[in-house]
Amino acid sequence: MTTATAESAATLAPQAYKSDYKPIWCPGCGDYSVLSAFTKAFATLGLRPEELVVVSGIGCSSRIPAYLTSYGFHGVHGRALAAATGLKLARPDLTVVVAGGDGDGYSIGGNHFLHACRRNVDMTYVVMDNHVYGMTKGQPSPTTEPDWVSKLSPAGTGVRVFHPLVIALAAGANFIARAFSGDPNGLAAILAEAIRAPGFSFVEVLSPCVTYRPEQRGWKQEVRPAPVGPTDDPARAARRILTDDGFNLGVLYRGNRKPYQPPVGKGTAGVADLEKGFEL
Amino acid sequence: MSAKKAPAKAGARPKRKPALRLSVVKAARPSAAAAVHTMNELMAYAYALELEASERYAEFAEAMAAHNNREVAELFRKLARIEHRHAEQILEDMGWTEPPAPPSTGYRWEGPEGPETADTAALHYLMQPYHALEIALHNERRAHRFFNGLAKSATTDKIRRAALGMAAEEAEHVRLIEDWMKRTPPPEPHWDYDPDPPRYVD
Repeated sequence: MTTATAESAATLAPQAYKSDYKPIWCPGCGDYSVLSAFTKAFATLGLRPEELVVVSGIGCSSRIPAYLTSYGFHGVHGRALAAATGLKLARPDLTVVVAGGDGDGYSIGGNHFLHACRRNVDMTYVVMDNHVYGMTKGQPSPTTEPDWVSKLSPAGTGVRVFHPLVIALAAGANFIARAFSGDPNGLAAILAEAIRAPGFSFVEVLSPCVTYRPEQRGWKQEVRPAPVGPTDDPARAARRILTDDGFNLGVLYRGNRKPYQPPVGKGTAGVADLEKGFEL
Repeated sequence: MSAKKAPAKAGARPKRKPALRLSVVKAARPSAAAAVHTMNELMAYAYALELEASERYAEFAEAMAAHNNREVAELFRKLARIEHRHAEQILEDMGWTEPPAPPSTGYRWEGPEGPETADTAALHYLMQPYHALEIALHNERRAHRFFNGLAKSATTDKIRRAALGMAAEEAEHVRLIEDWMKRTPPPEPHWDYDPDPPRYVD
C-alpha cells in the first residue's frame, strides 16, 4: 500500500469515503456491510480518496466503486484484475483494491485470478462470495454446492466446487484471509491488514445473497474465528484450508514473497519510443 | 426436452408458499463479554453501542427507500434518530466534546457487533413495519442483558450502579417498543408474496 501522510491519517472518518450514490443491493445483502467495512478500513489506514483506486468487474458486488469517493473503475466482466495490474504498475504510488464476486472472479475471470496471484503485484483482491450469480437471477457459480437445486439447475450442477483460497495459495498469493460480512468490524480489520500486506492479498468474504440463497442468512451461526493464527508455511496453510469447512475466519496465510516490480533500466522504452513504433 | 407446465386455469389463485420467517439470527459463538473498570470506559461502551445501532438503522432506511418500501424506511429512519439522540445524550452527560476513543483492544461485545446493532441480514424488501419493530425489540432486549452483564462483572459499586441504570433505560426502551408493536398491525399472512418475484429458485 501507499504510505499515508501524517495529515491524511488525522482527518477522515469512514463516512468520508461514501459517495452520494445510494446502494441498490437487495435489503439484507451482505455487500452493504462489505461497503461499510471498506470505508472503515480506509479510514483506519488514513488513506485519502485520491490515493486510492477501487477496480471492479461485473456483478452485484462490482457496483462498489460507485458508492465510494475514491477513484474507481467499473470494468469488463472478469477483467478487473488485469486492469488493476496495469494500473498498479503504471501508478505504483496508488493503493489499488479490486472488488468483485465469485462468478466474476472465479469463472469469467478465473485465469486472471491465477496469474494475479502468481505475479504478486502489490494490491488487494476482495471477493464477495455468495455461491451464486445474483445479478443475472440465480445461476450456479463456481462456488455453488453441487447439490444446490433451483429452477435453473433442477438436479444441481453435480460439479465439485472451486476452492479459491487453496488455489490462490498454490498460485502464489502472498496474503490469504477469509472474512464474513455479518462481522463488519472484523472484516474491516482484515481488509486493513490485507491492504497493509505487501504483494497480492486475497480476501474471500462470505457475503450472503438473501434473495437467491436465503438459507445463507444462517451463515452467522456457522462462522467462527480460525482456531490458529496465520502461518507463513504454504504446506501448513494448504492443509488447514483444505480441511476446514469453509467457515473459519481470519488471516490464514501470510507469506514473504517480494511483490513484483517492473524491470527498470536498460531496454525499457519511454512513451516517446513506444509512439515511434506506431508511426505510419 | 423440458417438461411443459400446465396452463393455469383462468381466475385461479396462485399457490402461495408460507411467508418467510424474518427471525433474527444469533451468532453461534459469542465472544467473552466486556468487563469495565472506569466510568469513562462504561460510558464509552454505551456511546459506541448507541452510535453503531444508529448507523445500522440509517443504512437499513436507505436500503428500504431504494426498494420503495417507504413506510419501513421511515420507521428505520426514526429508530436511527432515536439511537443517535441517545448517543448525543451520552456525550452531553459526560461533558465530552468529541466521541471517546475506543479501548486499546477494541470494544468487546458478546457477538461480532454491539448488542443494539441489528443483524445485517434481517431485512426483506417486502417487510412490514411490525418486522422492523421486532428487530428493534430484539436489539433493545439484548442491550438490556448486556448492561446487566456489565453490572454483574463491575469492579466498583459506582460502575455497578451506573450499569444497572443503563440496563433500566434499556428495559424502558423494551417497554416502549412493545407498546409501539401493540399499535402496529401484525404482518399479513403472505406479506412476502410478490406476483413478479426476482427469484426463479424454489
